[in-house]
Amino acid sequence: MPERLNREAIAMRVAKELPDGAYVNLGIGIPTLVSQFVPEGRTVAYHSENGLLRYGPLAAPGQEDIDLINAGGQFLLPVPGMAFFNSAEAFAMIRGGHIDVTVLGAFQVSERGDLANWMLSSRGVGNIGGAMDLAAGAKRVIVAMEHTDPLGNPKIVRECSYPLTGQHCVSLIITDVAVIEVGAAGLRLREIAPGWTPEAIQEITEPRLAVADNVKEITL
Amino acid sequence: MNKVFLSCAEAVADVPDGAVIMIGGFGGAGGMPQCLIQALREQGAKNLTIISNTGGLAGFGALSGSVTITHNVLIESGQVRKVVASFPVSASPSRPNAFEVLYRQGKVELELVPQGTLAERIRAGGAGIPAFYTPTGVGTAVAQGKETRVFYGQECVLEHALKADYAFLRANRADTTGNLAYKGTSRNFSPLMATAARVTVAEVDEILESGCIDPEVVATPGIYVKRLVKR
Repeated sequence: MPERLNREAIAMRVAKELPDGAYVNLGIGIPTLVSQFVPEGRTVAYHSENGLLRYGPLAAPGQEDIDLINAGGQFLLPVPGMAFFNSAEAFAMIRGGHIDVTVLGAFQVSERGDLANWMLSSRGVGNIGGAMDLAAGAKRVIVAMEHTDPLGNPKIVRECSYPLTGQHCVSLIITDVAVIEVGAAGLRLREIAPGWTPEAIQEITEPRLAVADNVKEITL
Repeated sequence: MNKVFLSCAEAVADVPDGAVIMIGGFGGAGGMPQCLIQALREQGAKNLTIISNTGGLAGFGALSGSVTITHNVLIESGQVRKVVASFPVSASPSRPNAFEVLYRQGKVELELVPQGTLAERIRAGGAGIPAFYTPTGVGTAVAQGKETRVFYGQECVLEHALKADYAFLRANRADTTGNLAYKGTSRNFSPLMATAARVTVAEVDEILESGCIDPEVVATPGIYVKRLVKR
């Protein structure tokens, strides 16, 4: 098997999808890494559902302030231009269509763009947090994840077997081996990791992938 | 009317068994009414329903080496019958919180709500809106058994307002009329909860004379606040 991209490389590829001036909400896991890799010359404003717009880097030990955290509970440094607001407004921004892009992790994505990312069935209880609102309300939902689970099972499936976060909400899937667009006609393979072939990617993907005419190698 | 109470114990003394209590904050130390929670633990009211973003996490958004008191302590002590939350359990399955342990034993109930729906249900409760339609959660477990309706081609689910007997909040400062100002990201659910409870109790870092908070920065007007206590 050819090598797969690591988590940072997935985040780098995701970062290229964020347009200059975009308002972006990053989920927990690989998505959190994306902010480090936004291409030079682009400014992205981050939204956090605990009532914060525009945040900077994480605070170093000794600089933490309990009144300045992100939705993952990490301490942040203040940056010019930031704004605070209450939770109803934080979610009005999401549901109201003001968030251009959200990047979320996933357990499974279906061929119709259904997303399952809040509960492992084996645990029997899970956290929804802001994920269902982001799935329903953000203008564009990008999923960043490994292509298969730790046992090698496909995470891109015909029908999600894990509990859903949202229906028909994912527009783009970026994994450690491929970039796949979700459209009305199904899944379309747009880019593949170095050394991989469309056939090898199809083998670890449950639904059928249409291969774009100009399928390219992923560049970072 | 004097709103200033001299101790948290006094401010929570009348909470009866079976009360529904909203607890502000996002889950971490900031915005968490730690002294009121500790006082309620000592007061001992039982069969409580807690409405809060989390199910009581230890260590979330907490400074290393410091201990944050959250509603975790009320769950641990068996005072809570039901939790309404968006983030009930710890992010890591290997370190379950008290809620998850008791939930598995069938000792506490859960109403799991998407975070934006939770915020809006509380806002609606305080604003006299009995229910509303939202696209969030359509086709998922949280929409099961609920009415749905299509607006402008988009399916939406009917969600009902939330109200409470008490709201416990932490704000940065208050004036004696009950006006509250918050700090940074510690505002989140608190201004919404202040409007949706019969008795709103705010734990604050300082209580100033009336007129000492700039009216431009008041995020919770005093009309919503019944009790103030300096932490």
